[in-house]
Amino acid sequence: MIDSQTPCRDLEVLSCRPGSDPSLIDLVLSAPGWTCKPGQFVMIRPAHWGVELVWPRPFSVCDVSDKGLRIIFQTVGRGTRKLAELEPGQKVTVWGPLGRWFRIDEARPNLILAGGVGIAPFVMLARRERTDNLSMLFGHRLDLEHYPYDEIAARIKSEAMQQKTPADIAQFETVLSERIKALAGVGQVLACGPEPMLKVVRKYCLLHGTDGQVSLENRMGCGVGACLGCVCKTTAGDYVQSCVHGPVFDVRDIELGV
Amino acid sequence: MDQKIQLGPLTLKNPVITASGTFGYGLEFMRYGDLSAIGAICLKGISLAPRAGNPMPRIAETPCGMLNAIGLQNVGVEKFLKEKLPYIPAGATLIANLYAQTPEDFGELAGIFSTEDKIAALEVNISCPNVREGGVQFGQDPHMAAAVVGAVKKRSGTKPVIVKLSPNVTDVRVIAKAAVDAGADMLSLINTLSGMSVDIRTRRSRLANVVGGLSGPAIKPVALRMVHQVAQAVNVPIIGMGGITSAEDVLEFILVGAHAVQIGTYNFMRPDNAFRLVEEVRVLAESLGIESWDDYRGTLQV
Repeated sequence: MIDSQTPCRDLEVLSCRPGSDPSLIDLVLSAPGWTCKPGQFVMIRPAHWGVELVWPRPFSVCDVSDKGLRIIFQTVGRGTRKLAELEPGQKVTVWGPLGRWFRIDEARPNLILAGGVGIAPFVMLARRERTDNLSMLFGHRLDLEHYPYDEIAARIKSEAMQQKTPADIAQFETVLSERIKALAGVGQVLACGPEPMLKVVRKYCLLHGTDGQVSLENRMGCGVGACLGCVCKTTAGDYVQSCVHGPVFDVRDIELGV
Repeated sequence: MDQKIQLGPLTLKNPVITASGTFGYGLEFMRYGDLSAIGAICLKGISLAPRAGNPMPRIAETPCGMLNAIGLQNVGVEKFLKEKLPYIPAGATLIANLYAQTPEDFGELAGIFSTEDKIAALEVNISCPNVREGGVQFGQDPHMAAAVVGAVKKRSGTKPVIVKLSPNVTDVRVIAKAAVDAGADMLSLINTLSGMSVDIRTRRSRLANVVGGLSGPAIKPVALRMVHQVAQAVNVPIIGMGGITSAEDVLEFILVGAHAVQIGTYNFMRPDNAFRLVEEVRVLAESLGIESWDDYRGTLQV
């Protein structure tokens, strides 16, 4: 937990750099005293947005250290495009860390399944956790150097698969299924990526009886459980807010794509 | 300046109220400030039985605003009284927001809340645009509005009754008068404006419900006009809301006749905004030489 007296504050932009692909942005904010668990997220809203964009935007925390709070995001809409224009010294309002995190099972193998910019929360996880029972399979569309893949691969056993054609995506699904099946009864998977990928992960976890956790990237209005705009459907049929009951859920607890 | 406000029988520390549906049950915001510092907290709408709400997607961002079609998801009155209300700090001033599909059920809810010491007032939601039954259909028909208010007043005991009005009508004053004639102690306005947002590529609405309620700064001019109109048409306290995002906005609503204000979408823009606004309003009022809200209210020169 961060200092409970100041969970919402204005942080200074230390750097905001596009990678070699300009759609992927590496943002670092000043964050004295922050502690955070892998899979948790923060809400970010730059002061200069005024009232044009009313919502903050949720982002997984990529890493937090004495160097600052690091976020990696992809520019997909008006908000993320405006965020990408931030310059060092500007202030952004940040609240968090929020939500539930990935639970590592230290006694068993943990396989990270990351898709695209969904790799972000695993940077902190790979840096902090024991690495002998941790590995990663990474599916990506852009060339590998655009992602923080090497930072993770330097610490844990990792492999990457690029998807440029539908056949590549089908192949990725086949490999996902094999890896998830291999962990049935002996380990668990931790997944973050686009929803179609998470649906596949969930499908094979349930099919093979493998433990799994998935991080949802739902649209959020507030991040604190009030707006009820980010709900997902549980297997019990209830709607629960992914910001406070997630964003990391056990695959058995939720439905996807309903 | 003493920010105290007298809303009929209800005394508030200051004129800032958080709007229903934007501040949860208050508990969600406890780590961002002292709930007892806010004038009042209007709780998430409560119905007799739990409601699951509408399918996803339920929210969409628009320029200077947002659309929602939550559909009054809530835990139901029984669970609220058992699992939420006891945990809200005693110092907070709470307004229960009631939703039902019939006047009789509205009355039953009012009866339940009438004996709850922690609830200071009741707000009757006859203006939600996102539900099929009840909601705005009551708020668009003066006879139905009066029937609901009458049923609530019969069972509300000593709790003041606030009626929340819809902007989705031809003349808001007609419904306002009907509600007051039926016994409303106060009026709050405006609820969201019915709106849409569509995606030209997927050819779908951005809301599963197709239409939703527009809120945020985009609707402030409409809200201000309606508060101004209603303030001249009725003789009960008015709580103004719609797109308030600054102390200046708060004073604008008081200038046209509101006794207090509610803030909604602004709570999403930063979770401590309600707490910050209380102090910002005081500072602004003092800088303008306002000594009491009674002196300033409704002094618009036309």
